[in-house]
Amino acid sequence: MKLSLRKCWCLFLFAGLAGAAKDSCVECHSGLDGNLQKPATLFSDSIHRQRGFYCTDCHGGDRTADDPEASMSRARGFIGKIPRTAVPKLCARCHSDAALMHKYNPKQRIDQYAQYLTSVHGKRIAAGDAAAANCVDCHSVHDIRGVRSPLSPVHPLRLPQTCAHCHADKTHMAKYQIPTSQFDEYRKSVHWNALEQRGDLSAPSCASCHGNHGATPPGVNSVAAVCGTCHVLMEDLYSKSPHQPVFQSMGVAGCVVCHSNHAVLPASDKFLAGEKSVCTQCHEPASAGGAAAADMAKSIERLAGALRRSDEALQRAASLGLEVSEAQLQQQEGREALVKARVAVHAFDPAAVNEPVSQGLKVAEATYRSGVDALAEGNRRRVGLGISLITIVITMAGLWLAIRRIEKPSRQGGL
Amino acid sequence: MTFSDKTKRASRWFEERLGLGGVREFIAHKAVPVHSATMWYYFGGITLFLFVIQVLTGILLLLYYRPTTSEAYESVQFIVTRVQFGWLVRSIHSWSANLMILAAFIHMFSVVFLRSYRRPREVTWLSGITLLGLSLAFGFSGYLLPWNTISYFATKVGTDMAASVPVIGPPLARFLRGGDDVGGATLTRFFGFHVAVLPGVTTLVLMLHLLLVQKFGISSPPKTEEEYRRRGDRIPQMQFFPNFFLRELMAWYAALGVLGSLAAIFPWELGAKADPFAAAPAGIRPEWYFLAPFYTLKLLPSHIWIIEGELLGLIGFGLLAVFWVALPFWATNREGMERTKLVTGAGVALLAYLATFSALGYWR
Repeated sequence: MKLSLRKCWCLFLFAGLAGAAKDSCVECHSGLDGNLQKPATLFSDSIHRQRGFYCTDCHGGDRTADDPEASMSRARGFIGKIPRTAVPKLCARCHSDAALMHKYNPKQRIDQYAQYLTSVHGKRIAAGDAAAANCVDCHSVHDIRGVRSPLSPVHPLRLPQTCAHCHADKTHMAKYQIPTSQFDEYRKSVHWNALEQRGDLSAPSCASCHGNHGATPPGVNSVAAVCGTCHVLMEDLYSKSPHQPVFQSMGVAGCVVCHSNHAVLPASDKFLAGEKSVCTQCHEPASAGGAAAADMAKSIERLAGALRRSDEALQRAASLGLEVSEAQLQQQEGREALVKARVAVHAFDPAAVNEPVSQGLKVAEATYRSGVDALAEGNRRRVGLGISLITIVITMAGLWLAIRRIEKPSRQGGL
Repeated sequence: MTFSDKTKRASRWFEERLGLGGVREFIAHKAVPVHSATMWYYFGGITLFLFVIQVLTGILLLLYYRPTTSEAYESVQFIVTRVQFGWLVRSIHSWSANLMILAAFIHMFSVVFLRSYRRPREVTWLSGITLLGLSLAFGFSGYLLPWNTISYFATKVGTDMAASVPVIGPPLARFLRGGDDVGGATLTRFFGFHVAVLPGVTTLVLMLHLLLVQKFGISSPPKTEEEYRRRGDRIPQMQFFPNFFLRELMAWYAALGVLGSLAAIFPWELGAKADPFAAAPAGIRPEWYFLAPFYTLKLLPSHIWIIEGELLGLIGFGLLAVFWVALPFWATNREGMERTKLVTGAGVALLAYLATFSALGYWR
């Protein structure tokens, strides 16, 4: 049997209409104004909508009924506006269900609710504090997006502002008696610079140190461990250093003593000695600790200075067109030694710093020699060029004289 | 036996075995016209001189160069850092390649403006244009050999352009690359073209070109010929040997001085090793002699009417090349009258186009 084009089109249209599910919530609320319309508009961008969920999956009721009395009937499970303290449990109904989550996103964790209950936020909500943060305060409400979406409030680039929404609000934080300066301080930090200025999504933001669902401030004993998740070598050296038991007994957080917590400024050699030294906060310059810090600073500056000298010589040679790429490559080893020396500072032992410094100095000396040799080679080339040009000019003059001599008789009688 | 007797005896020995009397006779009678534009005659010789330098320095580079993706860059780096005077040889090879192409262009335009392409020198013109094309092919194939970032991406762009030519483009690009993309096979091929195919073909065409120049002699501009004819006189001639030859030698020395200065003061950069997985660096552009067509293609919109802009540009360049190669055949009308104004106009227009678009391509 042959089907005409018109018949095919009608069948296709019918199938489409039959497949479109009824959603009276969006239909009605889209026609309303203000706050009653907003959820319906926002929901269209939500990941839940995209995955086939409806308003009724959270709010209850009957989306297939056109009559508001029927669709929002308590008899049909309508619960209306969800109380803030009930939100986490409602979200967990699906997000803690392994079988359900596996259907939509097999890689999705299902322990967020369990973690949340251990957090300060979760404990306060459990205690009936409706002002404490729940799921929607971070993830938004009706327009929840996937966490990888740049528009999601929990996307790495937007997370600090999302946390600051409450934590920088003095009125909101007043009753919890916690400071509100964290976001301003964080914005001075090297971490913010990496995240915001360089767009480095791996740079630490609030959740990197405090956790996300199990948000809790790291205690004195766990600060080094938190920093150590990224700064592994520093943490390792610090944990074996004489400072670790001292700071622990004093009840101060290791890394924070020198680097601060939210306003982690770029580390500098000036931390060791001089006016901006953090060591002198505890150690007198004349004490053994002060002398050790000055010793480490001196060693590092020696290597940094030697590398600067090599860099200058190599750059000068390269700008003259001399081939010094091998030495420039070797110079990387010197820079690595400098990085190692700066890392070794966390052992707070001058001997540990001196080892990479002496390795780096050897490299810097070799590369400086290469740069100087290249510059000397450049001078030799110029001298060689000068001699060659003089020879060429003399030869040309000789040729010109030879031409004149040859042409002299013929010039008298015409060429 | 005096020294003079010994010389005469040696000369007789060679004459008996090689029969050079005819050549000596030819040289003794070979003459070059002397007029206000005689200086332009030196550029053919300078091009030849630079070609000889290319061959000699190329042979020296061959002693160390290795044409594989894993060794090409390193071997050039070895030449410029470890081999005694290797930097100078490599720098001279690169600079003389550029100066040779510049000299060849000057020679070509001087031939156009002095009307040296006229009958019976049509084949001389064709062989000269072929030599210019071969020089450009030398430049294109040699550019890739150091296997650095710039050369890699410039070759990629160049072969992509070839691929956009209809029908023959895709197989031509595949033939040039030795595959779908620029890689080790391309390097091996370009090396083969650069050191075997192109030198062989160039030597043959060069011999033909020089033979024809000797056969038909050096042409004088018709305007100058006409002036002297009106005065009932003939254009003064200069003996090729030794008068012109010594002057040519001076020009070669001058070229050598310029070449040596450029090579010593601005050694040819090696850059960073090519990384096929890296993104193309910003501002990638070919050698200066390909800049004008490159910039023109860049300016063209993606589509002109229903035809791709790049394709239309390539068709335009193809037609322009045919028009230019056929210059001696349309420079004279059916009545045998010369289309002087048309040829001069075409020459000036081409020169202006090349200069302007090359400058724009370089600075923009």
